[in-house]
Amino acid sequence: MNVLYNPLTLPNSARRRWRAFYSQTRAELTMTLRRGESLILTLGIPIAILAFFSTVKVLPTGKESPITFLTPGVLALAIMSTSMVSLGISTGFERSNGVLKRLGTTPLGRSTLLAAKIQSILVIELLQVVLLSVIGLALGWHLRTGGGIVIGILIALLATTAFSGIGLALAGLLTAETNLAAVNGIYLVLLLLGGMVIPLSSLPSGLRIFSELLPAAALSQGLHYALGTASAVPLHDWIVLGIWALLAPAVAAVSFKFE
Amino acid sequence: MYAVELADLHITYGKKIAVSGVSFNADFGTTVAILGPNGAGKTSTIETLEGYRKPSKGRVRVLGLDPIKDHSSLVKYIGVMLQSGGIYTSMTPREAVHLFASYYDDHLDPVTLLETVALERVASTPWRKLSGGERQRLSLALALVGKPRVVFLDEPTAGVDPEGRIAIRQVISTLVNEGACVILTTHELEEAEKLAHKVIIINEGRKVAEGSPWELRERTTLRDKGIRIQVKGNLDAEIASAQLEVQVEKIGDDSYFIYTESSPDFILSLARWLAQHNITLYSLGSGPASLEEVYINLTESAPQTPNLGHREDITGVSDERTL
Repeated sequence: MNVLYNPLTLPNSARRRWRAFYSQTRAELTMTLRRGESLILTLGIPIAILAFFSTVKVLPTGKESPITFLTPGVLALAIMSTSMVSLGISTGFERSNGVLKRLGTTPLGRSTLLAAKIQSILVIELLQVVLLSVIGLALGWHLRTGGGIVIGILIALLATTAFSGIGLALAGLLTAETNLAAVNGIYLVLLLLGGMVIPLSSLPSGLRIFSELLPAAALSQGLHYALGTASAVPLHDWIVLGIWALLAPAVAAVSFKFE
Repeated sequence: MYAVELADLHITYGKKIAVSGVSFNADFGTTVAILGPNGAGKTSTIETLEGYRKPSKGRVRVLGLDPIKDHSSLVKYIGVMLQSGGIYTSMTPREAVHLFASYYDDHLDPVTLLETVALERVASTPWRKLSGGERQRLSLALALVGKPRVVFLDEPTAGVDPEGRIAIRQVISTLVNEGACVILTTHELEEAEKLAHKVIIINEGRKVAEGSPWELRERTTLRDKGIRIQVKGNLDAEIASAQLEVQVEKIGDDSYFIYTESSPDFILSLARWLAQHNITLYSLGSGPASLEEVYINLTESAPQTPNLGHREDITGVSDERTL
């Protein structure tokens, strides 16, 4: 075999992998920010909900002020929007448009592509959290500083893993159009049942028990405890999030197809 | 070492046999065109070479590597152009070429590459606003940016305007002259005739012919002596046969084959007869069959069994050896 034409004799280049990772992350971020519908979903709707329901007193938050309840809930909504809806829909269309198929024949590699997608999600989530927190604080939210922030970050990372898994699993199982409808439908259900805008205590008991098994409720309750009340996050929420964070990516890994 | 080696490839989807026993090799510095009707197995074959599909049976090697087991090593040295799509819809050609260049240790200069495929004018236009030809040229550029040694092009000129076709042909020729191996699938017989050093014709999952375009035409003994004409008008082959006293056979929409020597006297009488019947003569020629005739003959009446019968005469080679 001609040495010049034997790829196995050539060394791998870590520098190239970093360059590819950086470029792919930048591309993922750019493509996300160019999608108007994605911006509406990830920023527009959470900001609108935060601003509207904190000033129009219609939510059954009891003694708690609406902004104290809403801010952690809207942060949870933003995280869900980015890691499940935005990622799932964009990945579904990338699969259907052959983008993933083509990337599969380049040296980018699945792991680098996945890392770049995760990195871009985390960057967008960071932007969302900063922006929504600033708006929340401006509207009267009191952030409990200290260990609660670290717990909140852990909860957010666990939820990002779970929702990314759900988004990628649906993108792998369904056609782009069906996936679009399914993810939006799930988003709406989780928005209503996830304790993000409507307190779980307002739901009928049967529905509440079901909701408490969903990652959306565990995320919103976790953030509520960590950032709003600075009390310990119930073990139940950690377990629910942990199970979803394990199962959903596993299903995605099995079901996901690049074409 | 061949750039591409394919031996006894079988691909099945459930109970459906997509490819059955296809074999061929391809050298560096050559273009191989895979021809065949829709559903013949062309894309399945090329996608197996690219590592997308696992063959049910057979040996597949690209640059001496197994496309599936050695995929991560192989992808640094191959370029792939899909039949359509494959690019972020809001990405511009400039962004796409720079992004893909970042995947490779050694790559072409993105600016020069955009000039080569004549896309510098639309370098800042999002993909979704590009014309069909511009999309194809961008797709080709992305296949070439990593300086590949083997390039797979699935219908590279489909939907491309004449200028775009010329640009794509020039790029492919340059690539081959520099030593790369190009494997392309196409429906365009003219494209295959102009570009390919070797043509593989696949029908119903089986290879029915292999050789250079000229060899395939030469070996086709179906109509080795006669005149081919293309006309506009209502030409009835039976009436023409009776009145011209030669056998006239319809071989295409407007094309006919006349089984006779191409003597000046006959051509004169043919021209008179056509004029009398108000039929316009577009072209007239003699010599070996066109690649189109070879293709139509092979793909319209291919056998259903592994025994290829007279087609062995056409390939002139066993499945294990190239021409």
